[in-house]
Amino acid sequence: MKYVIIGNSIASVGCIEGIRKTDRDGSITVIGEEPYRTYCRPLISYLLMGRTTEEKMAYRDERFYSDNNVTCITGKKAIKVDPKQKLVTMEDGSSVPYDKLLVATGSRPFVPPMVGMDRIRKKFSFMTLDDAKTLEQSLTRHSRVLIVGAGLIGLKCAEGILDRVKSITVVDLAPRILPSILDETGSELVRKWLEDRGLVFHLADSVAEFLDDTALLKSGTVVPYDVVVLAVGVRPNTELLKEAGAEVGKGIKIDDRCATTIPDIYAAGDCTESHDITIDQDRILALLPNAFMQGECAGSNMAGQEALFDKAIPMNAIGFFGLHVITAGSYIGDDRLYQSRNGYKRLFIQDGLLKGYILVGDTVSRAGIYTSLIRNKTPLEDIDFELICASPQLMAFARKDRAAKLGGVQ
Amino acid sequence: MKRVYVNEQWCLGCHLCEYFCAFANSGQSDMARALKDAVICPRIKVEEHDGISFAVNCRHCTEPLCVKSCIAGALSVKDGLIVIDQDKCVGCFSCIMSCPFGALMPSDTGVMQKCELCTSNSAGKPACVQGCPNRAIVFEER
Repeated sequence: MKYVIIGNSIASVGCIEGIRKTDRDGSITVIGEEPYRTYCRPLISYLLMGRTTEEKMAYRDERFYSDNNVTCITGKKAIKVDPKQKLVTMEDGSSVPYDKLLVATGSRPFVPPMVGMDRIRKKFSFMTLDDAKTLEQSLTRHSRVLIVGAGLIGLKCAEGILDRVKSITVVDLAPRILPSILDETGSELVRKWLEDRGLVFHLADSVAEFLDDTALLKSGTVVPYDVVVLAVGVRPNTELLKEAGAEVGKGIKIDDRCATTIPDIYAAGDCTESHDITIDQDRILALLPNAFMQGECAGSNMAGQEALFDKAIPMNAIGFFGLHVITAGSYIGDDRLYQSRNGYKRLFIQDGLLKGYILVGDTVSRAGIYTSLIRNKTPLEDIDFELICASPQLMAFARKDRAAKLGGVQ
Repeated sequence: MKRVYVNEQWCLGCHLCEYFCAFANSGQSDMARALKDAVICPRIKVEEHDGISFAVNCRHCTEPLCVKSCIAGALSVKDGLIVIDQDKCVGCFSCIMSCPFGALMPSDTGVMQKCELCTSNSAGKPACVQGCPNRAIVFEER
């Protein structure tokens, strides 16, 4: 059996581990565009903070490829998939045949056209290790950094570089920060926390025009800058499979076996759409845990198993300068708000199920117990609801469920 | 694999498991010196409510969501044991978001810690089990 994986990030590693659980012998070839072995992409901001090193950022140890008998082609781009001949063509004209193929091509930055962008001398995205390295090289103590986008990527970048630059200004069209994961209360709380550390925000605003070293905002505000980081959003890399004839929506369409609509071709990670069980709809869930679990599921199925990944939900753990935020699920149904000393908790309940939560500050401990209620669609009538609202705890489960969880009793 | 199991009907709620855990992972040889006046940060936690109590620590799941969710590649499975490389951990809290048992928590250095069944300290077999006065926590194959 010849397995080929396009992409060399988290879903790819999940796939290799999924395949090798059952098939120790088939050949595995990984094609990776970046000239690195798999690294932890979300750690690039920690690298700039000095909290990790390039060496420690390796996702698996240096024996991973040899232990799993993987042939790695790095620094080369796959440009075509031919499902009839079962062939992947590379940009240098060479080709790799496959029996089972995983497409895990990830996503790329989305950069909306803005007037005067060609006048920015130091302009960066913040998605890859090379992005982080080139950004780092251009920063000085005197840099005035303008970040376009107050989402997860833009703000983690800000945290990563704040200590080594003169100033950071963040501009976003949305009226509040982190709108994809936080409610208004949370956005406000985190924004103040970041402002206290020196970040300057211009929200509900956008860049009207870039001049040589100043940006003119729609509101009339003038922001001087030396370096611009564009973190507006990301788009899934779907082109390879779209051209091959697979069904593609916003992302590549896959079923709960992570199979695409083309036989023997699977897809996983940020390039795909997931089925969000909290709303029973397909949507892009560009999250590391999701990428790993999809890749692992695809790998198992490529090796002839019957694996399902049918528990996808949005979830994010993120922190800024010691303030932690954990969120999961969808913010639908009735909600319950609990203020705490240094943060708050908000739970969302619909049809007798926990559908989502927002935990900020001192409410984050043991959050996974809430996550499990969402993933497993645990009927809240089966547990002590008041107890679990107070804090996540196994005590809220029935005695027989506790025996199963803690005593290994089925 | 041998795991730590909890028999809640025998738990006295004495919290000794927490103290033995903290001591075993303190790197010190004298329990009184290690724990006196210290705010302990054990890897096992006792839950108590309405006359019921039991201890919770890592279950060493066969499908470990913490490992699959770790953004730093710091958590891994070694012969069935879920271990953490604290040198790689950046303290992002993804494992706290994922663990259905609430069994990972920040250590006193900010990176995460978890029960490794006392394989990374000098306790020999799990200290919580050795210290439990009523055999409510056991280490066995089930």
